[in-house]
Amino acid sequence: MVALVSRDMLGDKIKAVLAYVPSAVFPAIIFPGIFINDYGQFIEMDDPKIFAAIVAVIVGYFSRNIIATILSGLISYWFLIFI
Amino acid sequence: MLTKKQLFTRGMLDISPHMLSVVPFGIICGAIGVELGFDPLLVYAMSIIIFGGASQIVFLQLLSGGASGLIAATSVGVINSRHLLYGAVLSEYLEKLSLIKKLLISYIIVDQGFAESNKFFKKNKSEQYLHYHLIGTGCTMWVCWQISTLSGIILGSFVPEELGLKFAIPLTFIAIVIQDLKKIDHLIVMIVCGLSSLLFYDAPFRSYIIISPILALFVAALILRLKK
Repeated sequence: MVALVSRDMLGDKIKAVLAYVPSAVFPAIIFPGIFINDYGQFIEMDDPKIFAAIVAVIVGYFSRNIIATILSGLISYWFLIFI
Repeated sequence: MLTKKQLFTRGMLDISPHMLSVVPFGIICGAIGVELGFDPLLVYAMSIIIFGGASQIVFLQLLSGGASGLIAATSVGVINSRHLLYGAVLSEYLEKLSLIKKLLISYIIVDQGFAESNKFFKKNKSEQYLHYHLIGTGCTMWVCWQISTLSGIILGSFVPEELGLKFAIPLTFIAIVIQDLKKIDHLIVMIVCGLSSLLFYDAPFRSYIIISPILALFVAALILRLKK
């Protein structure tokens, strides 16, 4: 979908709010991606995805490295489902 | 002052870690399309016309479930409406471009491209050809996406389900927002968005994906008010 890029000069207040856009949009992809399974239902609380996501958050927090975050999350996920 | 080429290359570099999660997602997208019974040519055409991962899957799922073309198209529109927000954020940096360039660049914007380019723009506001970074991220993702969905269509069901590679997508976005997690105001905004996306998940047309950011931005505006 072609995004409509506005040509107007946006006011300072709006720009300040727009600074939060990534934090306001991406969790809408993250949370359902973790907490809702393929059938549209909420997952069980002991689902490995939750723990793997926590690992990813911790690794990401300290490493500031994108690949490390993604890989650590995936690897912990695989580890937990294949133990 | 960086040249157009340097900016483009920087865009390519900045987006490259994300290919790690986009490739499996593209493969899955292509595979699901074919699995649902659609003509491989159509499934691939979606990657060019729509060029938006989640929305492509939803589009094909809805059509195969018997939904009318109008409903399917509306859902795609809703899911991709977050790009309007991206456009608003980026307009500050792209004002001077001609309309045609803006339209072309708009086509190539994806979530990860937006995220990386926005990060770059914030630190390098004085550069003259900033949009080349965006073109860099966008083109790289585009090529990557085309190849992945094509592979998915061709390889079909060879990717094992149990690997759960779809999980890489939320992981990618965690990686993107993680730095802002340290700031309490961003944390609050993220939680509002996350919780409302779960609450409103069953809203029609997958509108949770635009309702949640609107709610979260509303909260962000409130926070800004309180800060003063």
